[in-house]
Amino acid sequence: MSKVSTYREAVVKAKVRSIVGTLIVYGVVCVPLVPLLLMYGWLIVQAFSGRPVEWLLPNQPTLGNWYFLTKPIEFGGTPLFPVSFWRLVLNTLMLALGTAGLVVVIASLAGYAISRFDFKGRDPLLRSVVILHSIPGVLFLIALMYLLNSLGIYGKGLLTMISVIIIKAGIESPMYTWMLKGFFDSVPWELEWAALVDGCSRFKAWRSVVMPLIFPGIAAVSVFAFLSGWEEFILVYTYITDERYFTLSVALDRLIGAFRFINYGVLAAFGLFYLIPAIIFFILTQKYLTTLRIIAYKG
Amino acid sequence: MDMRVSFRRIRTALAKEEFRRAVFVVAFLTPFLVTLIVIYGLPSLLCFLMSLTDMGLNFQFNWLTPPWYNYIKIIQCEDPYIPEVFYTTLLYVGATLLINSPFALVLGIFTTYNIRRENLSAVLRLLWFLPRMTPVVIYGLLWQWFADPYVGPLAKIGQIFGLRDVYWLLDKPYSQILMIVVNGYVGASWGMIIFSSSVKCIPLELFYAAKVDGASDWAVIKNIILPLLKWPMLFVTAWQTLSLLGSYVQILVIWDGHALTSGTEVWSLYSYDMAFRSYEFGYSAALAMVIVVVALGLIALYFKIFGFRRMLEPSRVEV
Repeated sequence: MSKVSTYREAVVKAKVRSIVGTLIVYGVVCVPLVPLLLMYGWLIVQAFSGRPVEWLLPNQPTLGNWYFLTKPIEFGGTPLFPVSFWRLVLNTLMLALGTAGLVVVIASLAGYAISRFDFKGRDPLLRSVVILHSIPGVLFLIALMYLLNSLGIYGKGLLTMISVIIIKAGIESPMYTWMLKGFFDSVPWELEWAALVDGCSRFKAWRSVVMPLIFPGIAAVSVFAFLSGWEEFILVYTYITDERYFTLSVALDRLIGAFRFINYGVLAAFGLFYLIPAIIFFILTQKYLTTLRIIAYKG
Repeated sequence: MDMRVSFRRIRTALAKEEFRRAVFVVAFLTPFLVTLIVIYGLPSLLCFLMSLTDMGLNFQFNWLTPPWYNYIKIIQCEDPYIPEVFYTTLLYVGATLLINSPFALVLGIFTTYNIRRENLSAVLRLLWFLPRMTPVVIYGLLWQWFADPYVGPLAKIGQIFGLRDVYWLLDKPYSQILMIVVNGYVGASWGMIIFSSSVKCIPLELFYAAKVDGASDWAVIKNIILPLLKWPMLFVTAWQTLSLLGSYVQILVIWDGHALTSGTEVWSLYSYDMAFRSYEFGYSAALAMVIVVVALGLIALYFKIFGFRRMLEPSRVEV
């Protein structure tokens, strides 16, 4: 009898312990997610609400917040930007595509050379990628400000935009070179040997044999670089003074300055539009996203 | 004679091939090296030289006497804001690191080992990834709404706990707590992914053996997973320290212009403000160089602890 009861006690204890354990696990992982979900939920609800949304209850459903798609955004009777919304989108696309294109060219060339050839200075080059991480972002901004200014590129509209693209791509490329080197490493040597023995030039072997094989890597790098260009804020905010070349991020920042406390609806709608590429990417790549290891320069 | 000729031929052919190979390597590396020099090397050198001047909006190199005057100004706290900025940075890096590394470790283990339904844990990890995927301006907007004193949930939740008339964005220490949390959300997912893939690298036999011996989940975590995750843990901490030292954009976006009064002015941001709001480029360059020196010191230390190979293979688990 007593044996049965102690056995029962032990079973109950074990059950209680496992329930408490599960609660702790889910509590730690899920509870901090609540504010996040609240915020993203708010962004969606507020974008379609005419009045400030508290918690997540829609308040006067409307499409009125999206007027910026067709009409200029006005603040106190004067338009906030000298160009239409779609021009801002175009500028942002230019920055994103330019960054992605440059990064892919630089990283696929250098990644291959570093992966395949043993040359003097290869080790220091590898080492430098880690050491570069010690340079804070603000250092580039300060020094490049001097450089742009002395070259007469600062505040020049398109010319400044092009230099922002080059700077952005330059800052990003070591990280992506590193990433692509990993992909090149995974392609077996024999394939290139076969191509070389058959009379391919090295360049042709790279272009027609190796590159198609690491297409997934190229795709990943282009998408990451595109998004990072699309999201770029501080370079545009600091260097681009010509409002015709503003991107969505800087435009949104200015909108927040003007409409905060007054009209969250426009801010949310604008923000939601700006978020679209990230959302598409998020949905398409959710499987790979959390398994890919991305060297992060964010905090 | 003939032999010699053919040897020579082979030798010249080899030399040609060697030359071709060298040209190829140089051609492939050139764009990368040019960007390294123009975007990383040149600015670093320029910034160092600028830090020895009192360069303002005229962009002239007016050398200071002594040249290291800006550094003396920082070390001897002649700039009255330095102590506060230093303290804020220490608080920011230290506290956010607790979220980015130990908390990320807990997240990584829980979502990989404890939550065994692969679909569910993938969704949870994806949600934790949201802040990292969100453009910084939108992330800032979300937090500005969240901490809005009139409509934001934070003020309402605060009221339940008796915090009335608190402006979360402006009042110390609430603003500082917010600063840490805002950046913690961004950083946690990175560590989580590294730890999660490290846990996946642990051979399953170890877990089976522990289970057969009747070990509880807690015992498995304490005696198997944690000791094996020592290196990834050190790596994430090291890397995140460097990232945090240089990060400021989130704070700039959210506390635009109010960072000094609300106690969220970290070192990098102070350097940025000195350059682009006060236009003291020389002094701001010196402030930026201080971060470089500290970070290089830390890297030298890490190289010593890890060795170079380990530093570059973050998630290798040694069994």
